[in-house]
Amino acid sequence: MDKIRFATVWLAGCSGCHMSFLDLDEWLIELAQQVDVVFSPVGSDIKVYPEHVDVCLVEGGVANQDNLELLLQVRRQTKLLISFGDCAVTANVPAMRNMLDGAEAVLKRTYLELADYTPQLPHEPGIVPELLDQVVPVHQVVPVDIYMPGCPPPADRIRATLEPLLRGEMPVMEGRDMIKFG
Amino acid sequence: MSVKTLKIDGKDIAIESGTTVLQAAKENGVAIPTLCHLDGVSDVGACRLCLVEVAGSNKLLPACVTEVAEGMDIQTNTPKLQQYRKMTVELLFAEGNHVCAVCVANGNCELQDMAVLVGMDHSRFPYQFPDRPVDVSHEQFGIDHNRCILCTRCVRVCDEIEGAHVWDVAQRGENCFIVSGLNQPWGEVDACTSCGKCVDACPTGAIFRKGSTTGEKERDRAKLEFLVTAREQHQWTR
Repeated sequence: MDKIRFATVWLAGCSGCHMSFLDLDEWLIELAQQVDVVFSPVGSDIKVYPEHVDVCLVEGGVANQDNLELLLQVRRQTKLLISFGDCAVTANVPAMRNMLDGAEAVLKRTYLELADYTPQLPHEPGIVPELLDQVVPVHQVVPVDIYMPGCPPPADRIRATLEPLLRGEMPVMEGRDMIKFG
Repeated sequence: MSVKTLKIDGKDIAIESGTTVLQAAKENGVAIPTLCHLDGVSDVGACRLCLVEVAGSNKLLPACVTEVAEGMDIQTNTPKLQQYRKMTVELLFAEGNHVCAVCVANGNCELQDMAVLVGMDHSRFPYQFPDRPVDVSHEQFGIDHNRCILCTRCVRVCDEIEGAHVWDVAQRGENCFIVSGLNQPWGEVDACTSCGKCVDACPTGAIFRKGSTTGEKERDRAKLEFLVTAREQHQWTR
């Protein structure tokens, strides 16, 4: 049997979920023996999301044009998409800007009203991705196969989610150890 | 004392008339989930989590405000009720701005616990991201309306136990909010005795002690029970 093609992506989040993933410590070695890491900000240096990915952990909400395009690509090219952590599942802290009424208001507040020196709005098309008006959770953009809440999901929860998948089974996302938010 | 006989989850029960279905279930070891119920104050049926099925009625009835009646046949945990409870909790999360990660009540929150209990791993409803204020005008306490689920425990505990009636519910529908005094900043409400019972009663991190940060909120729920026992049974023990 071919190895499972495994990926992780980082959208609008603090990377805390990825840090928690690294907290898997020595189990990472076991995981690495059973999967091919084909794309991951912490596990590979590949810049383009590949075709035919089996499992992908998606950290973060969808906050800008880059997040949106990458997520759509991930969904097209991945069998099983896991909404990874509270930002992916609820939009969480990144979405606290949603109450400010749109991207323009957020940019003005951040780069003009609160600027100490040379206030100016960032504008570099093709380099700095445009903000979306609202930050939304992953499942509001594409279908999600497994939800793994937590801020961040503890390493044990990540392991308990991935282990059954390695055996070809679906994890049971129930109980405090698996689905507690925050 | 007149007694009613009824069935809860198939179990035969005899209990004093005037008892609520919630109380009858509890006394017979059947746990019904609740969020707005608080021992010692009146019930209002606000959260809809304690809905039960009663044979012969096509409506789901809130156990906390439904009195037992002779011959009732009650189911408390059918798949239908489980579905509704999960949906209710998802709606509560989608309606407010509940960011567990940065909340004073993280790890000690009845809404967070309820989400685990009903098996919510995400909300199927789009988040509303309402623009709600935070009032920290009181010297000791603050209220963050983003985290409020309108259970009205604070309203009842302040009115019925402390006797100050600082809190009430203003507006209607999605615009409802917990109002202090005559819609004044909390710190300017003369009626407030700064007793802190609303902090202890609040199931979430909506009402908190100033100075407590993420995950630091603690409640002294035993204080409320002590006061009710003292008043009703004249026993000053805790």
